[in-house]
Amino acid sequence: MRFWLPQATSQAAEVDYLIFALVIGSCAILGLVFGSIALYAIRYRAGGETDRSGSPGKSWRLELAWTSVTLLVFFGLFIWGADLYVRLFRPPPNALKIYVIAKQWMWKVEHHGGQREINALHVPIGQPIQLVMTSEDVIHDFSVPAFRIKHDVLPGRYETLWFQVEMAGVYRLFCTQFCGADHAKMTGDVVAMALPEYEQWLEQNGASGSMAEQGAILFMRYGCSGCHGGNGAGGPQAASAVRAPSLAGLYGGPAPLVDGTIVTADDSYIRDCILLPEKRRVAGYPPIMPSFAGQVSEEDVLKLVAYIKSLASEAPP
Amino acid sequence: MSTIASATTKTSNSYLTDGTTIRSWLLTTDHKRIALLYLGSITLFFFVGGIAAALIRFNLIAPQGMIGSAETYNRLFTMHGVVMVWFFLIPAVPVTLGNFLVPLMLGARDLAFPKLNLISWYLYILAGVAALYSLIAGGVDTGWTFYTPLATAYSKGHVVATVVAIFIAGFSSIATGLNFIISIHSLRAPGMTWYKMPVFLWSLYATSVILVLATPVLAMTLVLLAFERIFHIGVFDPTVGGDPLLFQHLFWFYSHPAVYVMILPGFGVISEIVPAFSNKRLFGYKFVVWSSISIAVIGFLVWGHHMFVAGASLYSALVFSILSFMVAVPSAIKVFNWIGTMHGGSVRFDAPMLYALGFIGLFTIGGLTGLFVAALAADVHLTQTYFVVAHFHYVMVGGMVSAFFAGLHFWWPKITGRLYPEIWGRVGAVIIFFGFNLTFFPQFLLGYLGMPRRYHSYPPEFQVLNVLSSAGATILAVGYLLPLAYMTWSLFYGKRASDNPWSATGLEWRTESPPPTENFEVTPAVTAPPYDYPLRDVEQRHV
Repeated sequence: MRFWLPQATSQAAEVDYLIFALVIGSCAILGLVFGSIALYAIRYRAGGETDRSGSPGKSWRLELAWTSVTLLVFFGLFIWGADLYVRLFRPPPNALKIYVIAKQWMWKVEHHGGQREINALHVPIGQPIQLVMTSEDVIHDFSVPAFRIKHDVLPGRYETLWFQVEMAGVYRLFCTQFCGADHAKMTGDVVAMALPEYEQWLEQNGASGSMAEQGAILFMRYGCSGCHGGNGAGGPQAASAVRAPSLAGLYGGPAPLVDGTIVTADDSYIRDCILLPEKRRVAGYPPIMPSFAGQVSEEDVLKLVAYIKSLASEAPP
Repeated sequence: MSTIASATTKTSNSYLTDGTTIRSWLLTTDHKRIALLYLGSITLFFFVGGIAAALIRFNLIAPQGMIGSAETYNRLFTMHGVVMVWFFLIPAVPVTLGNFLVPLMLGARDLAFPKLNLISWYLYILAGVAALYSLIAGGVDTGWTFYTPLATAYSKGHVVATVVAIFIAGFSSIATGLNFIISIHSLRAPGMTWYKMPVFLWSLYATSVILVLATPVLAMTLVLLAFERIFHIGVFDPTVGGDPLLFQHLFWFYSHPAVYVMILPGFGVISEIVPAFSNKRLFGYKFVVWSSISIAVIGFLVWGHHMFVAGASLYSALVFSILSFMVAVPSAIKVFNWIGTMHGGSVRFDAPMLYALGFIGLFTIGGLTGLFVAALAADVHLTQTYFVVAHFHYVMVGGMVSAFFAGLHFWWPKITGRLYPEIWGRVGAVIIFFGFNLTFFPQFLLGYLGMPRRYHSYPPEFQVLNVLSSAGATILAVGYLLPLAYMTWSLFYGKRASDNPWSATGLEWRTESPPPTENFEVTPAVTAPPYDYPLRDVEQRHV
């Protein structure tokens, strides 16, 4: 039994200030409301002898006063809450990316180096971390109360969430979007540790290769290399006669689409290209890329994205 | 003495005795009898939903869950939500007190479309039967919000039957809404200008506008949901090209305004009772009236605040946050005006006033905690936890159900011609107030500490607060059974009521208790402004 919640991130303290300010303000208003009800109930009780003449006849001045004060206070609260939310929304550019896949009823985590864990997430402290999250089935929600963060995890798209843990420890992870029968069992632990211990943990749980290396193998196995080339170098160099765009240097750059718009080739864009190729067709190539929806698991998509990302530094031919 | 004399002369033409066969009730077009048919039906559903609530609180006494299966628990809270929202909270005040009082307050003989009124009750019953069927057949396991793709592709419950029930109930709402709007436009007594209408009528007018405009959106959403589940048409399910967030937008576009459908009639009830028991004019009548209208309008523009962590854009979150703060302003205005009404009055504490004061206190807590979840960064931490559960129960149960009970006690003498036992009424009001706070206040703390909603089992550190909440629920259950007992008792043994036992203004008090079938022998004319207090004879009558 405890009535406090650890403030494990720097944002947690800021969110708590806002909540405590709201609590104090609410107590003041409640005191005013309950106090005046009690006061008037006693002073103006039926049959009681009192002066009842002080009641204001014209009410609009009072109405205007309490309406504008309420508006001003609310506007201040809006600014406070919104400013903090915007900062929580935008991750710093150097954040360490970790990938989270939710399914009924477990959390699967993939680290950059290929380490995998279930219903647990190991993170280093003192460093911004960005989760890239997707769901294999229904909507879930990744929530860590000690971090004061929460975000829905949706099927069919990547949602992100960032935080920076300041205090080593083990914190509860909950799914907070009702997701079916064992929703209440979809919990886990976030283990925050100092960087050396984290690196040690990564080593002990070493995988057969980084996500990008595993992605390179999948790139051959799913036949991507047939059109995009053995190292993603593009159609002309590929063994096949089919002309497909080069993937080298694609990630993070601008991608022109057939409808004339230009989008940034981020994780979501590459995911869509693999699973829903007709959604955002790239300009200048025949629309022959088949959809891999239902054939590639979410984990494999993440590894393919990691591989294509690893080609970003290579200059396009 | 005069009370007894008038009671013997009027029993001949009271609406209650004008026809005693079952047929004369089931085929009646008298708005007062339809109100009683509705009162019986919503009471039944209130207790069905209440039993589900009791089982929920029972389960949460132990961290591992007292009810063995999570599937059963999930079906219980879904049924609790569906029944309470669509079969109690949304209809409660409009179809019972509203049906009974709108023509009486207007000085009219009946609503504009008496047969449509009866049809709306049959639609409600049909919907209720469908809902009970899905409950008995095995229930639904999606939560009352039916989020996709859980409800369309993964749920094993009776989603379609439940959706059909809600779809039909929607038509009942629309029929009632139309009837009220047209009646208020066309049936006002001579001299009753818009600004001479009681606030209760204004509130129901605003409520009806929401019902008529928002319910069709729900109907379309539910049709799409059922089609998606049966035919996989690909509107909401991403694996067939749909967008799960689209469902949330459509659902909350109805379901947030529906919150105001539940609470606005409650505001109306309180605005009648506070002046009557303060023996003083309603403070700031026009501000109270226009705050209802602004709530109805702004209420349509805040649905996105249910989706601050759902994956909607940053800019939409900013817009919906500021609009949510805006919609809280008119509610605050109302609270200040009710308190202003007490100032300089002559306040009596009969049961309706006790319930009304309980409403003001609990609704204020519900409203203030609404600011927590409107403030974006605070919402991220508090949403989808027990904080939100406590917040909306303070508004819906502490607020709306208290207002319903306040109104039921206030107009009970008019409806039945009998007085409920006053002392028991006051005891009930106090028990409900304390039981309610003990049940739901611990849930604010649970939410801040991070306990998620809709959990069949939970970590052991949350147990103490959960046990407190369940203990409160036991007291609250006693509080709700009390009125059922003593009001039923009063139907047979209660003292006969005079025509105006509270010394209140308003046309409904100018006819007999219970009113004759035709309401008024002579159409009343209105010359005085509404709430024309103080009435001189109040002091002598209540000694």
